Amino acid sequence: MSIPVLKFDAVIVGAGGAGLRSAIQLSEAGLKTAVLSKVFPTRSHTVAAQGGVAASLGNSEEDHWHWHMYDTVKGSDWLGDQDAIEFMVRKANECVVELEHYGMPFDRTDDGKIYQRPFGGHMSNFGEKPVRRSCAAADRTGHAMLHAMYQRNVKANTQFFVEWMALDLIRDAEGHVVGVTAMEMETGQVVIFHTRATIFATGGAGRIYYSSTNAFINTGDGLGMAARAGIPLEDMEFWQFHPTGVAGAGVLITEGVRGEGGILRNANKERFMERYAPNAKDLASRDVVSRAMTTEINEGRGCGVNKDYVLLDITHLDPNTIMKRLPGIREIGLQFAGVDCIKEPLPVVPTCHYQMGGIPTHYSGRVVTPQNGDYNAVVPGFYAAGECACASVHGANRLGTNSLLDLLVFGKSAGDSAVEDLKAGKAHRELPKDAAEQSLARISAIDNRKGGANVHETRLAMQRTMQNHAGVFRFGDMLKSGVEKILEVEKAARELEIKDKSMAWNTARTEALEMENLIEVAKATMLSAEARKESRGAHVRDDAPDTPEFPNGRNDAEWLKHTLFNPVDNSITYKPVNMQPLTVEPIALKTRSY
Amino acid sequence: MSKRTVQFSIYRYDPDKDDAPYMQDISVELEPTDRKLLDALTKLKAKDDTLSYRRSCREGVCGSDAMNINGKNGLACLTDIDELKQPIVLRPLPGLPVIRDLIVDMTQFFKQYHSIKPYLINNDPAPERERLQSPEDREELNGLYECILCACCSTSCPSFWWNPDKFVGPAGLLAAYRFIADTRDQATNERLDNLEDPYRLFRCHTIMNCVDVCPKGLNPTKAIGKIKDMMVARAV
Repeated sequence: MSIPVLKFDAVIVGAGGAGLRSAIQLSEAGLKTAVLSKVFPTRSHTVAAQGGVAASLGNSEEDHWHWHMYDTVKGSDWLGDQDAIEFMVRKANECVVELEHYGMPFDRTDDGKIYQRPFGGHMSNFGEKPVRRSCAAADRTGHAMLHAMYQRNVKANTQFFVEWMALDLIRDAEGHVVGVTAMEMETGQVVIFHTRATIFATGGAGRIYYSSTNAFINTGDGLGMAARAGIPLEDMEFWQFHPTGVAGAGVLITEGVRGEGGILRNANKERFMERYAPNAKDLASRDVVSRAMTTEINEGRGCGVNKDYVLLDITHLDPNTIMKRLPGIREIGLQFAGVDCIKEPLPVVPTCHYQMGGIPTHYSGRVVTPQNGDYNAVVPGFYAAGECACASVHGANRLGTNSLLDLLVFGKSAGDSAVEDLKAGKAHRELPKDAAEQSLARISAIDNRKGGANVHETRLAMQRTMQNHAGVFRFGDMLKSGVEKILEVEKAARELEIKDKSMAWNTARTEALEMENLIEVAKATMLSAEARKESRGAHVRDDAPDTPEFPNGRNDAEWLKHTLFNPVDNSITYKPVNMQPLTVEPIALKTRSY
Repeated sequence: MSKRTVQFSIYRYDPDKDDAPYMQDISVELEPTDRKLLDALTKLKAKDDTLSYRRSCREGVCGSDAMNINGKNGLACLTDIDELKQPIVLRPLPGLPVIRDLIVDMTQFFKQYHSIKPYLINNDPAPERERLQSPEDREELNGLYECILCACCSTSCPSFWWNPDKFVGPAGLLAAYRFIADTRDQATNERLDNLEDPYRLFRCHTIMNCVDVCPKGLNPTKAIGKIKDMMVARAV
């Protein structure tokens, strides 16, 4: 069977924020570039970002990149690489100003500058007090940003392959990346994109969890492709959760609800937080609240048919207070829970939000793997940026507004690095003879298998396993049994069957292929989480409690290191955290408290 | 809301095996947590994986799951299932070629969007910092920039149905005015020239279906009116 080969200088997989930012660099440099996306670019999940993008512009008060750097290192619980973090925060102003020049409709200050608002964890003067650093376009920053970047690409004549799904990374015998296989969704046609540079900007995989703020398309395709090509995945145990997302729907409900007096209740209507946090109760910190919620659900006191959520109750508040202080939340409750929170409590669960780990990269956007004693050997021809990549700037916990900054800075730097490497002028390397074989075999197996596993049920089994065993708060024994369970799910995910045999827009086939990517991420997450025997940032486990020797359960002597999960044999190795910034003194380790 | 069974009549067409489209009667049992039409479609797809439609963010910001619901265009993710008369009749967006089931070919729609040069044009050298814009000038973009390109409006517009190749349509014209209204954009005259045509702009007969169906509450007709006013103003 002969597969068409399309030759490009570069292919970018994904047209969300990171992909579109990379594409601008390549198109404006005049390189022949293909951008592949499962969805029309403005439908990518960057569109759902709300609060803003961090940059120390200082438009409303004094600010400095060094303060932003300190906050980001501290927010990462010291797991972020300090060279990458310095690189990111120092590029922030330039990248945000560029967006404004592209036409992004930022809100404005009275003197016409970009409007900035305060955000969690962003402080002035090395942690002293909140600072206005988040550059915002109302509460639609991601939408405004994504559209502005798409528009800039239209201007630059970027060549898009819209509604194409990348299937597998093509590496040659020496490990160089020489392109990807991809499928046109409308026709089912598989094509090889033969390139000199391949940039992954495929976003996160929040859909491995049952309750997620993420879009349906966030299935970790880039991580799945990297894993199948033998690239290790870094720090996959670190996922950002929010305690209160609408059960089932996953839409976020602000902490401000509890600030106004909201109370969490279990199936017995009990105000359970009194048992876990007698003083702060419902206003305890996120990890404490999420741990308590998870415990209630695990012990059978959850609500609903599956006993898998708790209730956020504000029915005792004055309706006028709700209408005045929480009108947006009332709207979300009506829209996505069918509940008027004035009269009925809202069903909530800790909700998966963001993947801190990913494909290991240098801050230049080049993908790196351990090789011959070098922890960070470049994989030639391969780049990654945005949520699918791990530079690592977010470490064990990301600060709000740093995700949009990440995709701008590293999207741009991955694009710049690719341009630099391409201008060095190497020709296309030869395609391996079996370049498309893996993809064709996967598709053929899915299309022809009889008596295999149902995609929907397998996905649900994975999501419930991840939610129950590797959620906001983690338990040593639950992680252990979670590993067994997810390996069981993996078996099913390798034996998927679909009924739809059509070549025309076969979404069943797409979902099966996505499931094969999701399971790689789920497995990496569960095994990496089980292996890390400390609490740090978003990874909090009961057998690594807060003690005088290990404040917050963090154990720097043993665990100040990045996890590298090797998908080939499910083994785990570690690599040091880079504590050495580019130009300033290292931000020294200390106990994290706000 | 309790468990309940909901009846559907859904437009089905698979070019690989069907000679012609047909309406399929199908029902699905919903959980109490299923609120939106998209939740029901997800359940239906779990039963029958051949049912094809686009979807992504499921919260009304990506614009993927636009379809014709009981005769009116809307987003499946923002439509309450229990407020719909049964059987719920689902058809692809009208006026665009159907690829399969509820999936339409949006090439023509995006071609019109691209035809208005949907990007900021400012040929001055880029300053080191942001270009200044007063809060009042920025306010002019509200109600324009929020468009999610779902195509509910253009595919509910009879003028677009008759001339999708010539009439820009409400979504494209809303985008055109978004740049005309932006104080940072320097191409107003060029943009008006681009629309000075019996079809591109003037096929809008203020039927206002676009306003009626926009899931984001935007008003393309008003934007089109402003472009027409500017045409008249520069003619005199």
